[in-house]
Amino acid sequence: MSPANLVEITALNISFGSNSVIDNVSMTLKPGEITTLIGPNGAGKTTLVKAVLGLLSPTSGTIRRASTLRIGYMPQKLHIDTTFPLTVERFLKTAAFASIEDRCLALQAVRAEHLLKQSVHSLSGGEMQRVLLARALLRKPELLVLDEPAQGVDINGQTELYRLIASIRDKYNCAVLMISHDLHLVMAATDQVICLNHHICCSGHPEQVSADPSYIELFGIPGAENLALYSHHHNHQHNNHGDILPLSEEPENDHSHCGGHH
Amino acid sequence: MPEFLLLALLGGIGVALVAGPLGSFVVWRRMAYFGDTLAHSALLGIAVGVLFDINFNLAVVSCCVILALILVSLQRQRLVATDTLLGIMAHSSLSLGLVAVALLDDVRVDLMEYLFGDLLAITPTDLLWIYAGGGVVMLLIWKLWNPLLAVTINEELAQVEGVPVARIRLALMLLIGVVIAIAMKVVGILLITSLLIIPAASARRLASSPEQMAVIASLLGVVAVILGLSASMQFDTPAGPSVVVAALAQFLLLYSLPLRSAA
Repeated sequence: MSPANLVEITALNISFGSNSVIDNVSMTLKPGEITTLIGPNGAGKTTLVKAVLGLLSPTSGTIRRASTLRIGYMPQKLHIDTTFPLTVERFLKTAAFASIEDRCLALQAVRAEHLLKQSVHSLSGGEMQRVLLARALLRKPELLVLDEPAQGVDINGQTELYRLIASIRDKYNCAVLMISHDLHLVMAATDQVICLNHHICCSGHPEQVSADPSYIELFGIPGAENLALYSHHHNHQHNNHGDILPLSEEPENDHSHCGGHH
Repeated sequence: MPEFLLLALLGGIGVALVAGPLGSFVVWRRMAYFGDTLAHSALLGIAVGVLFDINFNLAVVSCCVILALILVSLQRQRLVATDTLLGIMAHSSLSLGLVAVALLDDVRVDLMEYLFGDLLAITPTDLLWIYAGGGVVMLLIWKLWNPLLAVTINEELAQVEGVPVARIRLALMLLIGVVIAIAMKVVGILLITSLLIIPAASARRLASSPEQMAVIASLLGVVAVILGLSASMQFDTPAGPSVVVAALAQFLLLYSLPLRSAA
């Protein structure tokens, strides 16, 4: 692989049983670049991210990582049982490799120092995401992998969170691979967008992707999407899913759009 | 104090000490039913022990570990929901054990002793097993404490951070198996899980860190053993169930007190 790349994925296929979730995906992650994965629910975004992390092995194809690559990972949702008494400080301490200074720096980087002594069960959605982000920073990552970092965060908090992620990239000089539902929010802070629906529908700079016919087919025109997202943000995964259902009923239609990109 | 009472007290305290930290993991990881299933299979271990003339403790531990491995592999196949699977394994292994024990007609196995424990009949050899086995379990929990916590918080995060998740999970099952084997004499197969989870659940009320919860659970367990045994002497009630009732009383008391909520 080229030494300039952190991760190189070639012709990746992942299936669960007879169900093909990732279909012939090739992509590269470069140092310092923010890559955003977008796509409807069930499009295989989390599966692809887990393959990059090495949590899932490919059915076919290859994933090559730089030999000493340090990855910081922020899972989609951390469910900690309420019977587990845990403060933010103790949570960060379970990453045994980090020093006290590392922990303080990481919490400062996400502007959450004041949460140190709080119970993780008392955190709001946005606070929890910041703490998880701090945890991912403890490894001084070269690649930061974020699975829907804005989940459960209100719309104002989301803009702030994405701004924070961009500032962390500059501070830690790391590459970022993240999953997001809302391109318009991450646009400013993204170098590369990959629109995934099992296969890569389109990819490139955010402006380029948002004008791509296959993107519009999946998400509607950008303005309309904004409205839909703002008006029902919290439990709209189902709405979003509903939106793309007609597409999956007409697979030929879907493929005619994507054909040109393979 | 008569010797049998001293032995019972020391045996019960030994089991309660080790049940604290391990029981905390059972509570955090929602493994109560899993522990129950392993405990039920212990009777099968006894039958195997009698049949092949193996040390009972070794037979029970191996039986628990084998069952745990079968469980994990069946869980991966997703044939039925996990709780259904656990229910099937728990009751069929108990029934298999009862049938096997009944078929061994040349040996008399006192079923009641294994099902409900016989704390007052603990021998110095039993005590040795409890403290040797318990000591090893404590040492391993001490060594593996941080990776165990990391795996309990989130397995995928732990794996990305380089924790050998599969091995840690296996180690936890093994530890539970060992504790079941040594606790069997104290409270019996049917009540073992209660000794693991009740003191830990009570300790949650007072603890604000995982370490505190483990230590408080051990202490509450020790108190429950002392109270249970005293009650057993006083009112001539069965020792094992009396200990469990004492643990329940602690639990009810702690949850009815207006305490400030811990972390």
